[in-house]
Amino acid sequence: MQEFLQYLFSGLTNGAIYSVIALGFTMLYNATGLINFAQGEFVMMGALSMITLWMGCRLPLPAAFFLSIAGVSVVGLLLERLAIRTVRKPHPIVLVIITIGASILLRGLAMLIWGKDAHSAPSFSLHAPFEIAGATLLPQSLWILAVVLVIVTGLQLFYRKTLTGKAMEACAINKRAASLLGIPSERMVLLAFAMSAGMGSVGGILIAPITMSSYDMGMMLGLKGFCAAMLGGLGSSWGAVVGGMLLGILEAMAVGFFSSSLRDAIAFFLLLLILYARPSGLLGVKAVHRF
Amino acid sequence: MLRVRNLKCYYGKIRAINGVSLSVRPRELIALIGANGAGKSTLLQAICGLISHWEGEILFEKVSLRGFKPPAIVQRGISMVPEGRMLFAPMSVLDNLRLGAYLRYRRRDHHGIAEDLESVMDLFPILRERAGQPAGTLSGGEQQMLAIGRALMARPRLLLLDEPSMGLAPFLVRLILDTLVRLKEQGMTILLIEQNARAALQIADRGYVLENGQIVLDGAAGELLADQDVKRAYLGKDYREFYEGRA
Repeated sequence: MQEFLQYLFSGLTNGAIYSVIALGFTMLYNATGLINFAQGEFVMMGALSMITLWMGCRLPLPAAFFLSIAGVSVVGLLLERLAIRTVRKPHPIVLVIITIGASILLRGLAMLIWGKDAHSAPSFSLHAPFEIAGATLLPQSLWILAVVLVIVTGLQLFYRKTLTGKAMEACAINKRAASLLGIPSERMVLLAFAMSAGMGSVGGILIAPITMSSYDMGMMLGLKGFCAAMLGGLGSSWGAVVGGMLLGILEAMAVGFFSSSLRDAIAFFLLLLILYARPSGLLGVKAVHRF
Repeated sequence: MLRVRNLKCYYGKIRAINGVSLSVRPRELIALIGANGAGKSTLLQAICGLISHWEGEILFEKVSLRGFKPPAIVQRGISMVPEGRMLFAPMSVLDNLRLGAYLRYRRRDHHGIAEDLESVMDLFPILRERAGQPAGTLSGGEQQMLAIGRALMARPRLLLLDEPSMGLAPFLVRLILDTLVRLKEQGMTILLIEQNARAALQIADRGYVLENGQIVLDGAAGELLADQDVKRAYLGKDYREFYEGRA
């Protein structure tokens, strides 16, 4: 029981991170129909810029937190302006390959900026770990869960309550119709890129204190987030959260009860399983089409 | 109000519109009729900015619309009810209407928007009943009403409609067209594209007949309705007349 609880805590923590990354995928997919394989690099940049600003520049935590998000969002914005919008014939497969290229480029730039060494950050708060029924819960895990909860609620409010959120959804449903109503679809796409990059960076910032961060951490995290998004159903915000949590917990259980070498295999096994059994994901409604 | 001069549009290398000129004066209801593929939709798409590769001149209130994107054209006062309605199906009726006023929300015209929301719902009372329902669950006629209401929410001075009667039962066609007459009486200027030529000409002030990308006939709607060529080509054969004529 104690073991189980311990694995559950660690699974929830990782799962929350996967959820935020998956939300980044989902939100961009919703607004543009595009899968951005550079999403993982936003996570990496979030983590590393946070460490630099907080530890290196000695900025207070909140300032470092928001500055990192802003910085990475700008990178997402630039990606759309420079690499996506300039494409003459924006066929989906071309755009996907561009994002893969962008991810390689960003990883390379990060290596030049931060070097090849791994960096680490302390926990957000210096509180001692909690003991619950014999299992330890790190304060950072609570931070992660709380921030993820805030983000998910915020995103829901954004879509449900704000005109911009609705306009973004309208663009996703029918770009032509939206532009005929005066909604500037290009600006909506730009905003979606910035927001999803920001979302990815939050994942990185949250994970920085509980793992070692280096320039090449983005790829695996991005793929796990992608698995989580697919698992929950691309395009569904709650699906991203459920998928992320499920993935995190299953991963932790597999590592704990079987072998740590299963850690990464679980994600891809689940991805294959879901693609085979239910391509629209657990909570997905839209039929996923292949291109 | 709207003046199109010698307009030419291309789809790749195919010329879909070949030198069309027409004009719409304030508070007029103009019908543009023609068969499938005559270039009617292309013409509307050029006016509202969906097609940007055109030659010639499109002037709205004496300002050229060249190079304007659809949002900028909406901003100037032209709204279009697109072919096939293009509603945001998963979103509620009310959200669809609100999005029609997107640019006005940006200008913080909340008072005016609330007013227009009321008047659209007075125009189509069924929309008030179904305000919270997803737009995709409405019937065809209700969807067309929503599409028109959504376009009106931008408070346009010129309303373009692309085949509003498509796929609707005759009494719904009547209802939609009657609404257009009411809008006209309230001061709206309307350019209507229809395959249902008889119904369109019955409510219009003037009409243009488009064939193979060119205007082949224009004049007062009543004259067009009586015109032998128009009758033969677009109004369908009146079999009794046809039969009696032979006997």
